[in-house]
Amino acid sequence: MSNGFSKSSVGRKILMALSGFFLLLFLFQHFIINLLSIISADAFNNVSFFMGTNPIVQFAIQPILLFAVVFHLIMGITLELKNKSARPIQYAMNKPSENSSWMSRNMAITGIMVLLFLGLHFYDFWIPEIKTKFIEGNMSGLNEGGEFRFHEELVHKFTDPIRVGLYILAFLFLSLHLMHGFQSAFQSVGFNHRKYTPIIKKLGNLYAIIIPLGFIIIALVHFFNH
Amino acid sequence: MNLTLKVWRQKNAKAKGALETYKLNDVSEHSSFLEMLDMLNEQLINEGNEPVAFDHDCREGICGMCSLYINGEAHGPDRAVTTCQLHMRMFKDGDTIYIEPWRAKALPVIKDLIVDRSALERIQHAGGYISVNTSGNTQDANAIPIRKSDADKAMDAASCIGCGACVATCKNSSAMLFVAAKVSQFSYLPQGQVERKERVLNMVHQMDKEGFGNCTNTGACEVECPKGISLEFIARMNREYFGASIVAEN
Ligand code: HEM
Ligand code: SF4
Ligand code: FES
Repeated sequence: MSNGFSKSSVGRKILMALSGFFLLLFLFQHFIINLLSIISADAFNNVSFFMGTNPIVQFAIQPILLFAVVFHLIMGITLELKNKSARPIQYAMNKPSENSSWMSRNMAITGIMVLLFLGLHFYDFWIPEIKTKFIEGNMSGLNEGGEFRFHEELVHKFTDPIRVGLYILAFLFLSLHLMHGFQSAFQSVGFNHRKYTPIIKKLGNLYAIIIPLGFIIIALVHFFNH
Repeated sequence: MNLTLKVWRQKNAKAKGALETYKLNDVSEHSSFLEMLDMLNEQLINEGNEPVAFDHDCREGICGMCSLYINGEAHGPDRAVTTCQLHMRMFKDGDTIYIEPWRAKALPVIKDLIVDRSALERIQHAGGYISVNTSGNTQDANAIPIRKSDADKAMDAASCIGCGACVATCKNSSAMLFVAAKVSQFSYLPQGQVERKERVLNMVHQMDKEGFGNCTNTGACEVECPKGISLEFIARMNREYFGASIVAEN
């Protein structure tokens, strides 16, 4: 590998896309698990227990995920700053909407909104998990009554209307981020084909609508069910 | 038609510059945009003022010099045209037209509407060529078979005129469409294979050094490019770059 790869514009674009792909896969499996929570509390508990205790998930995939998020974030912000500095004097009259979509021009903004949500999400779920499992050393996944705690904890988080509101807002921003991000990642890694690219764009729009909308619906189901 | 023009005036590279407002009357809708600017300059000269400096050469859409940002779009509101191919019939009587130079750190203004485009030249020098034997035994290019679809794609890429509209229109001032066209045109042809790997590495390196921004795939360049250069070439350049990086020894 040439030395300059990770410092070059094209190299960084490719790395950005790879982290994006990983996040897309992660989001998909997260969605499937959340979907279980409204179908069967038992199934959700079992899968959560598996994901929370399986060593490969915990010590191989989870660190990669954390790395991908931090990398995506830092690289995204670095690129945004470089791009801003590449045009020190702005146009007095500019019509960017004539040639590009709002989503494509505001990836940093939609990304940062997602980041703010991730802060809340970590505070809600991830930090308590780590605390229970690794600080208190309770790996059982059981509550005081001796039953799996995951479903109960999840439902409990969705009782606060403000939290549910923030959650919905965050997924709207994520939807906008992915509306551009999904197809953009293919282009970045060099995949552009007259026959397949239109299909990828359609798939991207489907993903960007269905997955965030699904998360929102799941949150609302829990909110109105409790 | 009668127009109000808001034109960027700047004495030299160091001066601050500002938009000036001019009234220009009786412009024919059949004239080209540059002819309209010629009229403005005659008017300015007759009034004893300094004419507006703007770049142009061929006036038929092949040299790529006529770089103007018109009413918020590179080469104005029409598609697939350079400024010299833009007709005044795209505008209406009473319109206000903003005329600005390309804006990018890598393409600084020299005077009024003229920018220094040597950054694009330096990228070309870094690898946008092929080395041929000129000792008298040069192989006849027509004797080398080339797949028709490859020849067509090489031709599509080669139609880039280096106008810089892609940079000007990109929110990141990225030159990737230009560089991708220049990298791709040779990558399809047998003559381009010898220097294929160095070409993409060196040209991308030079592009980064010049201070252009980073592509985020907004696609604005493709829409505004007067020659319809496709984003497919950027994807191709990314592949070329990845492949060349993997095998590079330094
Ligand atoms: C932590 C908050 C985030 C920030 C600050 C952020 C920021 C960015 C930025 C600045 C870009 C570059 C724009 C571009 O090249 O098109 C980008 C691209 C992308 N993001 Fe994010 N993002 C975040 C979270 C996410 C999440 C959670 C996902 C997926 C689930 C995601 C998926 C993508 C994808 C697929 C791309 C396209 C990559 C490419 O164009 O090559 N991002 N993001
Ligand atoms: S790619 Fe198109 S817009 Fe960019 S320099 Fe070439 S001809 Fe001009
Ligand atoms: S003057 Fe040559 S392209 Fe317009």
